Amino acid sequence: MPFLLRRFFTLLSSIFAIVTFNFFLFHIIPGDPIRLIARTQRLNAEAIAKMRASFGLDGSILSQYFRYLSKLVHGDLGYSFSFKENVSGLVGRALGNTLLLLTASTLIVVILGIAIGVFAGSRQGKKSDTATVISSLILWSMPTFWVGMLLVFTFGVWVGGLPISGISTANAVYSNGFEYFMDISRHLILPTVTLAIVDIAFFIIITRTALIDVMTEDYMLTARGKGLGRRAIVWRHGFRNAMLPVLTASALYISALVGGAIQVEVVFSWPGMGLLMYNSVLARDYPVLEASFLLTTVAVLVANFAADLLYRVLDPRVAVSK
Amino acid sequence: MGKLWADRMGRWGLIALAITTFIAVICPIFFPFDPSKVGADAASILTGPSKTHLLGSDELGRDVLRQFFTGARISLFVGIMATVISTIVGSGLGIFAGYYMGRLDGILMRITDFFLVVPALPLMIALGAIFGQNITVIIMVIGFLSWPRTARIVRSQTLSLRQRQFVPRAKSLGSSNLRIIRTHIVPHVMPLIVANTILVVAGCILSEATLSFIGLGDPDRISWGTMLHFSFVSGAIGRGAWWYFLPPGFGILFIVLGFTLVGHSFEKITNPRLGGSE
Repeated sequence: MPFLLRRFFTLLSSIFAIVTFNFFLFHIIPGDPIRLIARTQRLNAEAIAKMRASFGLDGSILSQYFRYLSKLVHGDLGYSFSFKENVSGLVGRALGNTLLLLTASTLIVVILGIAIGVFAGSRQGKKSDTATVISSLILWSMPTFWVGMLLVFTFGVWVGGLPISGISTANAVYSNGFEYFMDISRHLILPTVTLAIVDIAFFIIITRTALIDVMTEDYMLTARGKGLGRRAIVWRHGFRNAMLPVLTASALYISALVGGAIQVEVVFSWPGMGLLMYNSVLARDYPVLEASFLLTTVAVLVANFAADLLYRVLDPRVAVSK
Repeated sequence: MGKLWADRMGRWGLIALAITTFIAVICPIFFPFDPSKVGADAASILTGPSKTHLLGSDELGRDVLRQFFTGARISLFVGIMATVISTIVGSGLGIFAGYYMGRLDGILMRITDFFLVVPALPLMIALGAIFGQNITVIIMVIGFLSWPRTARIVRSQTLSLRQRQFVPRAKSLGSSNLRIIRTHIVPHVMPLIVANTILVVAGCILSEATLSFIGLGDPDRISWGTMLHFSFVSGAIGRGAWWYFLPPGFGILFIVLGFTLVGHSFEKITNPRLGGSE
């Protein structure tokens, strides 16, 4: 399979590029990294040399680079001075929490977004369609973190009723697994809704456009000529063909989704990659910032790769033409 | 302009932009914001709207309305400057890749695709955290990470222009490549670049707001995003100080929506085939 190989090679070279870029960004550019890590000017030469060695910052740039690569391959991401633990453990836990948040909101966004998009697209030009488009554009124009702030205000201060911070109740004792599950679910509601509110606009708009495009195809006229009902035309013929451009657009949307998740995690103190990144920026904890940046980026690259493969499976025409 | 006004979406967009531009350009002149003018005592902190402070006060007892005016200026300024960088880089790469085709095109598009999939926000956060919190850094970071889409769009348009008759004709008449690009290609891709630019401004303003909210904004130049950052970390939400965190958010929504509406309307006018919504 030459395509698969070629695509895999692109993925590997992208990951390699981002790893190299990451190395230069955090190890070479910002003056003396030891100063940044130590955050004090009062270090004697011996202490500096010691730190240099422990952070792999001694020797030539090339030897530093290779040592960095070998550490990375072995899963050694360094030590966080603000969290006082190994970075690999920190990011591992955070990644799981972020994936939970992304999965929950993506499910809502895809199902509702596509349904509303098809609804609007099949009523092109009518009042309900125009209203959908305008409200989508408004949602689209709102900063994700601000939507989160509004929900925190509404459900945490004004009306109340839903947890607005963290992934579970602090110091809670659970009598069984189900209670624990319910607690996490309750904490998941507002972050998920926030992320979904902004992202759904994108799905509505692209689904609507794709459906309108498909509806002008010749086979739609045939379907109508056969006497098929409106519902059958829209869903069986229109929707299924409209899904391909939607999938293409969604692949590019993965990176925006991650951007939204970072903001939501900050607002709701959801202990994922975004909150980790935010806290490491505040504490100027560079090893953590570096690792969370690298891991997030690589995860997005891999997700794009997967989306590309999925597209080949769903649309055999592409596989044939290549 | 007239056509934009005739289109309903374009008209609302233009009105929104006119109002925000007025706030950003004129209001700070008459109601300047002095960051050092803090409240006298604890009682002046996070107070609600009153005669002295029409939009209440912030966590240091400063006037929120004056901050809102200055914030409009900074948000708009950063958004537009970042867009200028992004448009120059994106259109330049797009035109060169599309015109020269071949290997140059291959390499440039590889790079573009790379930046298209790499998540922008984490990259912006990393760069912002390393290079420091000042307005130039923010403009550069946003500008140099927002160009890939422009490059892709401009390239495909250039590629199709390149196939037209007038390129080989101009060449046979002795025109140099740069001259053909200047006199034949650029004028034809311009409407596309303009429509795209308007939409890029919206994205850049949102990026600035997000970066500032994360805490990477320039502390000396308060934008709407910076206001939201300080309202968030000072606990304005918990104290119910809606006058502090609602106005900047609505400001961002208003201006981003304005640019989005004008951009879509402009796209529809210059490229009637896209006219989906009406």
